[in-house]
Amino acid sequence: MQQSTEVTRIERVNDFVIKLANVNGTGSASANTLLMKTVFRMGVPVIGKNYFPSNIQGLPTWYEIRVTKDGYMARSGRVDIMVAMNAETYAKDIREVSSGGYLLYDSSWPRPTLLKRDDITILGVPLSQMCNDNFQGVRARMLLKNIMYAGVLAALLDLDVNIMKELLTDTYGSKKSLLDSNVKALEMGFNYAKEHLNCSLPMRIERLDNTKGHIMVDGNTTAALGCLYAGATVGAWYPITPSTSLMDAFKSFCQKWRVNAETGERNYAIIQAEDELAAIGMVIGAAWNGARAFTPTSGPGISLMGEFVGLAYYAEIPAVIFDVQRVGPSTGMPTRTQQCDIMAAAYASHGDTKHVLLFPANPEECFYLAAQSFDLAERLQTPVFVLQDLDIGMNDWMCADLKWDDNYKPDRGKVMSKEDLDKIEKFWRYYDHDGDGIPYRTLPGVSAKGAFFTRGSGHNQYGGYTEDSHDYQIVVDRLKRKFDTAKKLVPKAIIQGRGDNKIGIVSVGSCDGAVAEAIDILKRRGQHVDYLRVRAFPFGEEVESFLASHEQIFVVEQNRDAQLKSLLILETAVEKSKLYSVLHYSGLPLPASFVVDGISKVLEDEEPRRALKSVNG
Amino acid sequence: MSFINKPKIAKLDLPRNDLGLTRRDYEGAMSTLCAGCGHDSVTAAIIEAVWDLSIAPEQLAKLSGIGCSSKTTAYFVSGAHGFNSVHGRMPSIASGASAANRELYYLGVSGDGDSLSIGFGQLAHAIRRNVNMLYICENNGVYGLTKGQFSAAADVGSVTKKGEANKQSPIDPALTALTLGGTFVARSFSGDKKQLVPLIKAGLNHKGFALIDVLSPCVTFNDHEGSTKSYAYVRNHFEEAVHADYIPLRNEITTDYANDASITLHDGSHIRLHKVDQDYDPTSRAHAMEYLRSKQVEGQYVTGLLYVDPSSKDFHEVNETSKRALNQIPYAKLTPGSKALDKILGRYR
Repeated sequence: MQQSTEVTRIERVNDFVIKLANVNGTGSASANTLLMKTVFRMGVPVIGKNYFPSNIQGLPTWYEIRVTKDGYMARSGRVDIMVAMNAETYAKDIREVSSGGYLLYDSSWPRPTLLKRDDITILGVPLSQMCNDNFQGVRARMLLKNIMYAGVLAALLDLDVNIMKELLTDTYGSKKSLLDSNVKALEMGFNYAKEHLNCSLPMRIERLDNTKGHIMVDGNTTAALGCLYAGATVGAWYPITPSTSLMDAFKSFCQKWRVNAETGERNYAIIQAEDELAAIGMVIGAAWNGARAFTPTSGPGISLMGEFVGLAYYAEIPAVIFDVQRVGPSTGMPTRTQQCDIMAAAYASHGDTKHVLLFPANPEECFYLAAQSFDLAERLQTPVFVLQDLDIGMNDWMCADLKWDDNYKPDRGKVMSKEDLDKIEKFWRYYDHDGDGIPYRTLPGVSAKGAFFTRGSGHNQYGGYTEDSHDYQIVVDRLKRKFDTAKKLVPKAIIQGRGDNKIGIVSVGSCDGAVAEAIDILKRRGQHVDYLRVRAFPFGEEVESFLASHEQIFVVEQNRDAQLKSLLILETAVEKSKLYSVLHYSGLPLPASFVVDGISKVLEDEEPRRALKSVNG
Repeated sequence: MSFINKPKIAKLDLPRNDLGLTRRDYEGAMSTLCAGCGHDSVTAAIIEAVWDLSIAPEQLAKLSGIGCSSKTTAYFVSGAHGFNSVHGRMPSIASGASAANRELYYLGVSGDGDSLSIGFGQLAHAIRRNVNMLYICENNGVYGLTKGQFSAAADVGSVTKKGEANKQSPIDPALTALTLGGTFVARSFSGDKKQLVPLIKAGLNHKGFALIDVLSPCVTFNDHEGSTKSYAYVRNHFEEAVHADYIPLRNEITTDYANDASITLHDGSHIRLHKVDQDYDPTSRAHAMEYLRSKQVEGQYVTGLLYVDPSSKDFHEVNETSKRALNQIPYAKLTPGSKALDKILGRYR
């Protein structure tokens, strides 16, 4: 990414970033969503990233809208237009604007000393003044100021005002007075800009037709939809950022689709537990009884769930755990993103335990993997972690329409019915009849013949208590075979590229957008690479062969300690010295430039050595 | 009873319940507890109650945490699914299991360590949530499996086997349940089968969370002089306030005594109360708490059915869950289908 150092008027149609600096709790989210959705409805690909504080009111918050005609789904890292609505962060905000960019601020209070930069253009609009002159009430004035700057931007960026009004009608349609005042504020901003500012900017929107068949949605919503469609009936949870909106979404979908219209009876139970220990206990209890059950949580919750996760692993009970990862360690930064629970989830709990992990890369995949996680959990009779992160879970991504196959049948795994039990002489809970490491189970209530005693203490393959070394080992060795079976059942890694490049990138989850964009940038520079994105643990054969067939592999991930790389070293045959880390752990979503710089630096450092190597023959 | 190995040969003359099953059909594995353990008596009382209620073995789910008491779920009704979970967390397993299938009887067995220390939070919230289950706390005042440390139920001044006196005030499970809104609170003594069996029956049929605190002496670590949870102490400080008899729907109430009162449960069955103390009102939470406290000061254990709210709304009633167990609902009724998905996605365009 080249950045100009002079003020030059570069045309950046449908390819720029607006950053909006606001104060938390002032209602800016609706204006920012309005802007983003307008771009989307004009057929131009767009993404939104929300950088919000762990606070309800008063602290600074930023929203970044990237308009991306090429459909790059990552944070850009640059800022072309800063909408500086928070006086407290002016100094920081102005520094962030890329050269040649713009800064829009509320000129009701002029800030000549703060706003000093020669290489950007400052645009002042007396937003507060206009709000105070035209609207009544402190709250209304504060809220409408946001819609007013949206109006200003509409004029500056050539946004379709009719679409904006349409969107406002979608939101406030039933509340006429609210709709009227919002439309009025929008028009006032628009008209002021048309009269006083030089519209439109070189960064502007031109209609495209590239968003058809797409939606703008966050991953917590789609994961909740996945649970709904998979037939999950029990959800237990303890509120924790950034996973809370997953259960909120599930609840609202259930209220709409799972309530008997005549009787009011609910085909679901959502339990707000007293803590995450109880939440996972409820999931295990419900799944023991044959219901599809899940819990959404984040890092601290994963730590608390450890003991129960080990029980579910050893007693072989399905459980689906969504870990919407946030910055750790400890409380960390609850409203910032990271991929820092990979190791904690892979080996959660004491003793020899290993768990199935799924890694969605975007909200679209959250939907499909959420649904699949229940099939895997029940087929394998084990906990399955869906490792999302805050960036996927809480930010709006543009993704392809979700599809559902009405022929889908849930895979309930090896559950014996009363009829099945009648045909056998004796039921052995932990016996490997099929050689795949997966035993048969029964559900409480089926029949006395199918009854067994579930326990986390030592048990033999028949389900009885044991302290006998041999009997104990038969069971834990089978659990290992079951994990090998999991390898074949989990979603395969996605591999892109010619396949014969010497350099490979391995990445995971929400890094995908940035990596894909970085690969394009590298290609333009003549550097070709292959790319593998893992979608599950345990790693399949395709991961092994990708690692084996590339000479130099960059592992791109969002944590300090190279957790994915560590897991690859531990769980594949890869030669450690082939792996190079590109680690991003600031808490902000990964931009492509970081990946490009990280890879380029290693390659450049190695250039002289390579040359030397070839001279020496 | 399940602590003597008996040959599995059916005797023809054994009494049978409505399902044609004998008490033997409700037994479990051999107990591995110390000989004379109070918990084994509770196990026997459970077998008697479940048999007498003619609950099909598979209609019962047995749940427990960790500790001596929690082991006992293996010693009764081997035809029921059992779940020996992790320490102090049985209530969450029970909550989830009950959420998934409201049609089974849930019987949780715990102890004072499992319930009042490591699991105090989960117990409190299961009471608050009014999960439809019977929760038996086998209370001996000590940690048996780890060899005799005080539990949170140990009374002030109570002495360990090694002579150490407890200085911290005890947690009383019955008072705790009353405080938290428990809808069925009882206390009994493992040595009093006559009192305990009807309480277990009533607790199993109560709609909501039924707690029975059963004083169950530990013969190995807490049955000496100076202990307030020994057989001798409990026998001497045991005051029955209300004797409860459980009368299933099918049995008519034929006799009435002056001191008797009858409470009708949700399914039409009755609890007949024989009040030993005339003034005791087991339908008044405030009265029960006050009474228990006053007797506690005197060092007395008040036993019997201490409080019951027969109109209690359990978790499912509050949640308005489908009458059909959630785990029985066919998948077709749970998924909105592809057409609905298009409609749902409309919001995100």
